Amino acid sequence: MTNSPDMKISLCGLELDNPIIPASGTFGYGHEFAELYDINVLGSFSFKGTTFEPRFGNATPRIAECPEGMLNSIGLQNPGVHAVINEELPKLEKCFRKKVIANVGGFSVDEYAKTSELLNACDQVGMIEVNISCPNVHNGGMSFGTDPAAAAEVTRAVKAVTTKPVVMKLSPNAADIAAIAKACEDAGADGISLINTLLGMRIDLKTRRPILANKMGGYSGRAVFPVAVRMVYQVYEAVKIPIIGMGGISSAADVIEMMLAGAAAVQVGAANLVDPFACPKIIKELPGVMRNYGINKLTDIIGGAHNG
Amino acid sequence: MLSQNIFTITENEKIADKTFRMELSGDASAIVRPGQFVNIKLNGFFLRRPISVCDCTGSGLTLIYKTVGAGTEYMSTLHAGEKLDLLVGLGNGFDTSLSGDSPLLIAGGGGVPPMINLTKRLISEGRRVQCVIGFNTANEVYCERELRKLGAEVIVTTADGSYGVKGFVTDAVRGLAYSFFYTCGPLPMYKAIRSVVSSAGQYSFEERMGCGFGACMGCSIKTRQGAKRICKDGPVFNSEDIIWEELEK
Ligand SMILES: Cc1cc2nc3c(=O)[nH]c(=O)nc-3n(C[C@H](O)[C@H](O)[C@H](O)COP(=O)(O)OP(=O)(O)OC[C@H]3O[C@@H](n4cnc5c(N)ncnc54)[C@H](O)[C@@H]3O)c2cc1C
Ligand SMILES: Cc1cc2nc3c(=O)[nH]c(=O)nc-3n(C[C@H](O)[C@H](O)[C@H](O)COP(=O)(O)O)c2cc1C
Ligand code: FES
Repeated sequence: MTNSPDMKISLCGLELDNPIIPASGTFGYGHEFAELYDINVLGSFSFKGTTFEPRFGNATPRIAECPEGMLNSIGLQNPGVHAVINEELPKLEKCFRKKVIANVGGFSVDEYAKTSELLNACDQVGMIEVNISCPNVHNGGMSFGTDPAAAAEVTRAVKAVTTKPVVMKLSPNAADIAAIAKACEDAGADGISLINTLLGMRIDLKTRRPILANKMGGYSGRAVFPVAVRMVYQVYEAVKIPIIGMGGISSAADVIEMMLAGAAAVQVGAANLVDPFACPKIIKELPGVMRNYGINKLTDIIGGAHNG
Repeated sequence: MLSQNIFTITENEKIADKTFRMELSGDASAIVRPGQFVNIKLNGFFLRRPISVCDCTGSGLTLIYKTVGAGTEYMSTLHAGEKLDLLVGLGNGFDTSLSGDSPLLIAGGGGVPPMINLTKRLISEGRRVQCVIGFNTANEVYCERELRKLGAEVIVTTADGSYGVKGFVTDAVRGLAYSFFYTCGPLPMYKAIRSVVSSAGQYSFEERMGCGFGACMGCSIKTRQGAKRICKDGPVFNSEDIIWEELEK
């Protein structure tokens, strides 16, 4: 018997069997996938971005095809934090034994804090991931994630009401992503996750109008992988806290590349939509690919691409 | 329940203007109701393409599709023997327990394919089936013979009068008596149907989809039962649950 390589990782104090985590918005609250496979094979998963109030989201069409990727403008449709706690989490408990990552969206600093505080009280929640790509309604709709001071303010507000690790999820649409990451770290964040989607648009040649009802949407999928690797690499040089890398991951080789750039764990987003079995397939092929590259222990390679 | 299976194309032929019938062999046992759909992975395209199941047996299925863009154009170039990765068993499908004795099936253009499987099911359940299928012009007409062969009474309408009854499906529906209706077609057709039907019915909806199995919230629709996903809670919705004012927007 050959001993299988060690895929275990430690993330902000949470021990995960492997670094594979389905990304928020592509895995619902887990049930659709639990019907297809045992989701306990996952390291964890990040549930759909949850806001304080229920939200229907944007008008449809919300989806557009792109080369090697897709645009989405869901508009944070979710049933609101109370329904998540009272309905979704009890259902999830029946099919998922591990800790889940609670992804939180918000349109004001106060909303982020209120939602996070409620989720912090749930045993099933292992970590809070704060999506700061949302527009700040108190600041002309500018995204919290494009301004270091606003990102720091959200970090401090969430940290003040939680005891669980807080991971700040960054927008790639920021001018200087390393500066945002540093601001979050200085404000007390326990980790950084990136990248969220890149702002994009497609236009229908027949109607000569944007395809998405919302006109603009977030670009993700394989096409964004090089952008994500570059940003994870830059953020790794700027902060000491662990990084969850994502953006375009669809194979075990991508996982290794992202970890070499500096990720301690990874998330898989759009790939789940195209292939519902993407994550278990990656987990299954990871040991073989690790062996091919002479990797015995996955944690050994985190940030391996950096000099010194 | 969804399953992901590899199918082999056994036939892919043109049956009308810009319209193709594709026969596939493979495990189609996940398909349990007429009106369900499959989601097809195509080489060189990121998102899958949703297509209704036209007909199925346990060991294969039939799709009828129109070439409207790059993905369906590519599909039309595939040959027998080539393989396709399909998610099968998607969507709720039509509920034939609501049909009553003499259901009416109304379909426009691209909405005709699922009516084959639905007719088959209703006839096997002992119903008298009437179909009204509408097209723009004579060379677009398909499925008329298949529906008759299954035992349905069929009225074809064409907008330009080049075949069958001149006009829209609504012109043919007006004079008919029926216990319940099932419809599949474009939204403008639904708006017209609403004002002429005399019974309750079920409507099948389309939307651009990210996943097709309920994970991404790409295909939401507001209903009287709250927000629903067209891919998972639909594509078929009861007439009384649809909020038409929302669809007017
Ligand atoms: C539940 C369901 C059942 C369907 N059944 C059939 C069928 O039986 N026969 C048939 O010919 N067509 C059917 N359609 C429509 C079919 O999915 C589209 O025509 C097809 O996806 C177009 O792809 P394309 O690459 O050729 O077009 P493009 O316009 O190049 O496609 C670009 C993107 O938009 C999406 N898209 C474009 N038009 C539609 C549409 N009308 N509905 C949903 N997505 C769309 C595509 O899937 C793709 O992601 C169905 C759609 C749905 C949602
Ligand atoms: C349909 C869809 C919905 C998403 N919803 C959310 C969300 O609610 N909250 C969030 O933080 N990120 C959301 N994202 C972003 C993903 O979590 C991820 O950061 C991004 O898609 C990049 O990864 P990928 O290229 O693997 O998809 C969404 C992405 C998609 C495709
Ligand atoms: S297309 Fe993803 S939920 Fe319907």
